[in-house]
Order: sequence, then structure tokens, then C-alpha cells
Amino acid sequence: MVNRILVGAHYGLKDWVIQRATAIIMAIYTVILLVVVLAVAPDSHASWRGIFANGFMKFASFLFFVSLFYHVWIGIRDIWMDYIKPDGLRLLLMIATAAALVGYAGWAVQILWRI
Amino acid sequence: MAEMILKKKRPKNLDLMTIRLPLPGILSIVHRVSGAVLFLLLPVLLWLFEGSLASPETFALCKSFVAHPLVKLILLGLIWLYFHHFCAGIRYLLLDLHKGIDLESARLSSKIVFAVSIAMTLIIGGKVLW
Repeated sequence: MVNRILVGAHYGLKDWVIQRATAIIMAIYTVILLVVVLAVAPDSHASWRGIFANGFMKFASFLFFVSLFYHVWIGIRDIWMDYIKPDGLRLLLMIATAAALVGYAGWAVQILWRI
Repeated sequence: MAEMILKKKRPKNLDLMTIRLPLPGILSIVHRVSGAVLFLLLPVLLWLFEGSLASPETFALCKSFVAHPLVKLILLGLIWLYFHHFCAGIRYLLLDLHKGIDLESARLSSKIVFAVSIAMTLIIGGKVLW
């Protein structure tokens, strides 16, 4: 007989997968950006801006930011869950983290699409 | 059954002063701390990113800000945290795939993570900042 102890709704499998998928996206972007920056060697506003004005780089940078903020959400939420024991404070920190990250996402979109 | 196993009393030592972490343990806590520090500095990094792109004037402003030796040192530190998180993360992905899970390979791979992330910081960070 299987006698499982229920400790949560989905045992965190979804978050586990997302944490790794976003990590892979960011790792690939990091390599691409490094290659581009080292190849272009931007020394002026025009050449630096040119990197992100490129359609592919804008798309890739957007994907990077979305991955980053989701990745950070899972990571920081886990830190709060590990170290912050009072429920009220833990909830407050989680809400503050989520609010900051949603705000940063809007900010990042604005930065990219004003180029 | 499972309940009995979960509730079993196991010896526990959480005294930070007497714990001697092996290298993979140090790698693990640096992975966590680097993620937390990078999160806390996100607004500063986004602000720099925005300024560097917005206009030639703000670009020049960011450039002079980054030119300050103390700022350069802090940025070099952040670049190290990023590359450590990057390399340690790749190591964890390989461990997920059951690559290098025996003790000897796990120790060796954590040495490689520290060596590669520091080398990347000095070479790439040095090239970008100086």
C-alpha cells in the first residue's frame, strides 16, 4: 500500500522545470551577448545602442529578461521559505519580491522598446 | 511507514562556527548568496542599462560613473558573482542529468567551477571594464 504524506499541491515539479528552462535560456543569451560585445567592441553610444536595436537581439534580450525575472522569483521565494519562519513576514516578503519583479519587467520592456 | 521515516530523529549540527563545509558546499552557498546579491542590485543594474541606451548624454554619464575605480571594483565583483552563478548552475544542470555525481567528480567539478568563473571574470571583466 502506498501511504504518501501530502505536503503540497504539486510538489514543486513545475517550478523545478521552469528554474532549469529559464537558466538554459539565460546561459545561451549570456554566451550570445558576450560574443556580440567582444566582436563589436562598442566604444560609443551609437555602437552600444546598435547592438540592442537589432531585431534578433531585442527579441533575445526580452526573452532573457522574462526568464531572469521568473528565475529570480523562484530563487528568492525559496530563500524566504528557507529562512523566514513567521508566516506574516514571509508572505509580506514574497509579495514585495513579486511586486518588485513585475515592476522591473515593465521597466525592462520600456528600456528595450524605446531603443 | 513513510511517516515513521520522516519523523525519525536524526542528528543535527547547525552551529556555523563548527561546520567545515567541503568545496561543493561552499560552491552551493556562494551560488545562493550570489543570486540574492544580484537580485538586490537589479534596480541599479537596470538603471545603468537604461542610462547607457537612452541618449548619448546619459551614455556619457554612465561611462563616467563606471570609470570611477570603486564602481569598477564593485562591478568586477558583480561580474564574478554572475559568472559563478552561471558556472555553478551549469554544474547543477549536469548533476541533474546524473553526470559527475560520485564524490570525486563532484569535488573536481566544483574546483573547475571556481577556476573557470574566476578566469572568466579576470579575462572578460577586465576586457569590458578596462
